[in-house]
Amino acid sequence: MALEMTTDTLSAVDTTVSAPPAVSPDGETLKMRGRDVKVFYGDKQALHGVDLDVRKNRVTALIGPSGCGKSTFLRCLNRMNDTIDICRVKGDILLDNDDIYDPRIDVVELRARVGMVFQKPNPFPKSIFENVAYGARIHGLAQSKTDLEAIVASSLQRAGLFEEVKDRLDEPGTGLSGGQQQRLCIARAIAVSPEVILMDEPCSALDPIATAKVEELIDELRQNYTIVIVTHSMQQAARVSQHTAFFHLGNLVEEGLTNDIFTNPKDQRTQDYITGRFG
Amino acid sequence: MKDHIVSSFNEELKEVAGRVVEMGGFAETLVNDAVTALLRQDRELAIRTKEADQRLDNMQAELEELCISVIARRQPMASDLRGIIAAMRISNDLERVGDMAKNIAKRTLAIESEFNNKQLAVGVEHMSDMALEQLKAILDAYTSGDLEVVRRVHQRDDEIDALYTSLFRQLLTYMMEDPRSITMCAHLLFCAKNIERIGDHATNIAENIYYMTTGSQLPADRPKTDELEDSAST
Repeated sequence: MALEMTTDTLSAVDTTVSAPPAVSPDGETLKMRGRDVKVFYGDKQALHGVDLDVRKNRVTALIGPSGCGKSTFLRCLNRMNDTIDICRVKGDILLDNDDIYDPRIDVVELRARVGMVFQKPNPFPKSIFENVAYGARIHGLAQSKTDLEAIVASSLQRAGLFEEVKDRLDEPGTGLSGGQQQRLCIARAIAVSPEVILMDEPCSALDPIATAKVEELIDELRQNYTIVIVTHSMQQAARVSQHTAFFHLGNLVEEGLTNDIFTNPKDQRTQDYITGRFG
Repeated sequence: MKDHIVSSFNEELKEVAGRVVEMGGFAETLVNDAVTALLRQDRELAIRTKEADQRLDNMQAELEELCISVIARRQPMASDLRGIIAAMRISNDLERVGDMAKNIAKRTLAIESEFNNKQLAVGVEHMSDMALEQLKAILDAYTSGDLEVVRRVHQRDDEIDALYTSLFRQLLTYMMEDPRSITMCAHLLFCAKNIERIGDHATNIAENIYYMTTGSQLPADRPKTDELEDSAST
């Protein structure tokens, strides 16, 4: 019973409602749905009513010039904006059928379901093992030391890092190369079995080879997770995503299949941005 | 269209388009010269045309190299990407048009007997006028992006096909009537076929311009009736 009490939040709400998952017109399951999302930083409005769906087991790329609101939108998806005092969010954001801004939602649990990887690799100043084990431990995912070791190993494997670090799990995570650190952060994110992984420019601090490894990883992770990635590199968006959304001045200008957006965008602003004619 | 932020990229895109236009103009000249040489039995002009085709081949190779370099270095997107891909395809078609002209020139040199049949000459000339008109219209549309012209060129190819069919029948009749004319008529038949193919290339170019401009394929509403193929298959 004690265990049920601790999980009596998001997942419990989920199972009691058990409404069928929302689907797109072309029949794909929608993992997250944003409806009329408005974000204010004090008096300044950063998002002007964005409607955007995130499809399950797909990579959705958010692109647009600096200050367009793409990172703001990304950070709404796991309530990272809550950490900013002056930030207010309006509208609805649904994870499956749960309104994530519902007061009953446990934000810590939400962030376990919707994990995040940041621009700069930010491993904890702890061992490689502890970096990955930390989240699993605080979320009570491991019953024993063996469980925990299994979670760490499988997370590192999924992040494509296990072979490179298996003999030095006790060494500090900060001693790894930048690319390895970023994959360690991805391993840390997936150790708590999230459903969605948000990535905020995950490769902007990495060299091309490390970038390629992370991109390969993103493609593999798609099998099990839903991924939303903010990137300044349009080539990266074109390479890794199946869906692309273009933001401009706090509005969602255009959203569609990546293939269509990069060969035949419908909106002139998208066209101007991706061909490098902006402004 | 607005200019690209990177001006050197802009210059390269303009360079690509400029070279397509240049190739187009040169291909037109080759076709015109080849047909003139055929109709006037001008062996000098035929030789010059035959040799000049090499220049068109070189232009095509250089343009292709430039396009590949732009793709590798600039990673063009959307309309830029379509423009580059269309330029590569169109230059292929133009290079083939040059080959057709060269083939006509070669046949001009091969026809030994005097080519003095007025009626046949008129038929070939009429066909080539039409093909050249199509080629010119579509090359203008490449620059202007006028989709109305593109559609018209795409539709009108049937007329050239019909002329070819009628010329084919005429030539067949001559050959049956006078076996001595077979060599000349066979060469003429191939010349006519080459001109008909030039029309096909103009149609291909129309499709590519449509794709370049709109991002979608030209709707295939063109009725494709080839009487000769029909009779050959039965």
